[in-house]
Amino acid sequence: MTDQTKTANSERQDWMGLLARAPEDVLMELWAEMGGHPRFEWLRSPEVGGVMVRGRTGGTGAPFNLGEVTVTRCTLVLQDGMVGHGYVQGRSKRKAEVAALIDALMQTESADEVRARVITPLGCRMQAVKTARAAKAAATKVEFFTMARGEN
Amino acid sequence: MYVAVKGGEKAIENAHAWLAEERRGSTDVTELSIAQIREQLSLAVNRVMAEGSLFDPDLAALAIKQARGDLIEAIFLVRAYRTTLPRFGYSNPVETGQMACDRRISATFKDAPGGQVLGSTFDYTHRLLDFKLAAEGEVPLAPESQPRSEPIPHIADFLQDEGIIQDEPTSDATPGDLTREPMEFPAGRPLRLQSLTRGDEGFVLGMAYSTQRGYARNHAFVGELRIGKVAVEMDIPELGFAIEIGEVELTECETVNQFKGSKTEPPQFTRGYGLVFGQSERKSIAMALVDRALRWGELGEENLGAPAQDEEFVLSHADNIQATGFLEHIKLPHYVDFQAELELVRKLRLETDGRTTPQEAAE
Repeated sequence: MTDQTKTANSERQDWMGLLARAPEDVLMELWAEMGGHPRFEWLRSPEVGGVMVRGRTGGTGAPFNLGEVTVTRCTLVLQDGMVGHGYVQGRSKRKAEVAALIDALMQTESADEVRARVITPLGCRMQAVKTARAAKAAATKVEFFTMARGEN
Repeated sequence: MYVAVKGGEKAIENAHAWLAEERRGSTDVTELSIAQIREQLSLAVNRVMAEGSLFDPDLAALAIKQARGDLIEAIFLVRAYRTTLPRFGYSNPVETGQMACDRRISATFKDAPGGQVLGSTFDYTHRLLDFKLAAEGEVPLAPESQPRSEPIPHIADFLQDEGIIQDEPTSDATPGDLTREPMEFPAGRPLRLQSLTRGDEGFVLGMAYSTQRGYARNHAFVGELRIGKVAVEMDIPELGFAIEIGEVELTECETVNQFKGSKTEPPQFTRGYGLVFGQSERKSIAMALVDRALRWGELGEENLGAPAQDEEFVLSHADNIQATGFLEHIKLPHYVDFQAELELVRKLRLETDGRTTPQEAAE
């Protein structure tokens, strides 16, 4: 694998991961605002399934099966032949479809527009939620102080 | 003789109609929405996800509503749904060291790097009923501080650097999956952990408590307890690389237990491990204690004959769906079985009466 494909893959991993974790309402809102939705055909229509999540004993040891998570996936092709995959958490076929469309568009010359109007604002909003939780957690960090036992 | 019996359809139909009405309760009271259950009864939702073995908060909330708050019934509904899902694959093991922690405490090191972060805990509350909650009102926003974004290291790493805790060797062995093959004994630690994480909270808690009270005594320190979200990553064959397919909230507990050493192992600390879906702190600590008790064999410890050391006993009875299925089936019609028993007892009675009568006559 060349360095170029590695970078391309890593960028694609980033947007696919973001779309998978995105709150559906936020994604749909940004997608609707962008408009200009392309026509496509299904290669694999949306399907709800489960993925078995694994952990490791002691956090670092041997893998074990923890339990499943619901995932919806689909694959579509744009009229120009570009293929997009959607893999999203949960059971929303509509979300999987939009994720696959964005995945396809991100590999075309529309990439800059989709990034500016969907991917970047989506990432910012998800980061803001995460930061707000981290800020609340930080406020519950214990600051120890030593009790003075008096001047004997 | 087998007698086929039909009937009761109308009664069953009417019973279910009444169930639906009772579930709704008084129509003078607003109906609960799935979102309300998901947001405001989130620990119940977490329990249903953990024991239903399926991470999907909306589905768990729906199950709780349908089950009228009977959590075992809700878990049953989730388990039944889960079996209808095609399995897309297995994730890569989650990296709990990368967790975005809402809570992270250690009972062993006051000054643990990363600090003691309490999170939204019931600890240190006075357990007095708060009648303010009975009235509607605005909740003030929780205070915030400078957030940290760097990952918080595991406590066990520090003990490991000193070589004073048992190593947890990394492996990529494919673990057994009890949703695919029935459990066989000895089960091995990966299968034990899968069974315990979806096991009944009450049962696992009781087993853990028994070890604390002296049945297979194993004094455990909570080395670390952390709650937060981790990304779930899976290899996608059609892409040729792994992507994140979502994120799950987990509670992880690692206990540190004293160990005097055995024929094969030097004196050192050993570990018990709990990892559970959602914010499930009690379950996760209990799981770690039971995991540690079940490890007696691999650590060369003595089998004290304690219930929590008995793998077959613990794992065969931890699943509340199996348990309730077998328990509750006895209330369903057993007319023919019982008829046979009745005949038998009557016959025995006749025989016994036949024997005792002459004796009674002689007295």
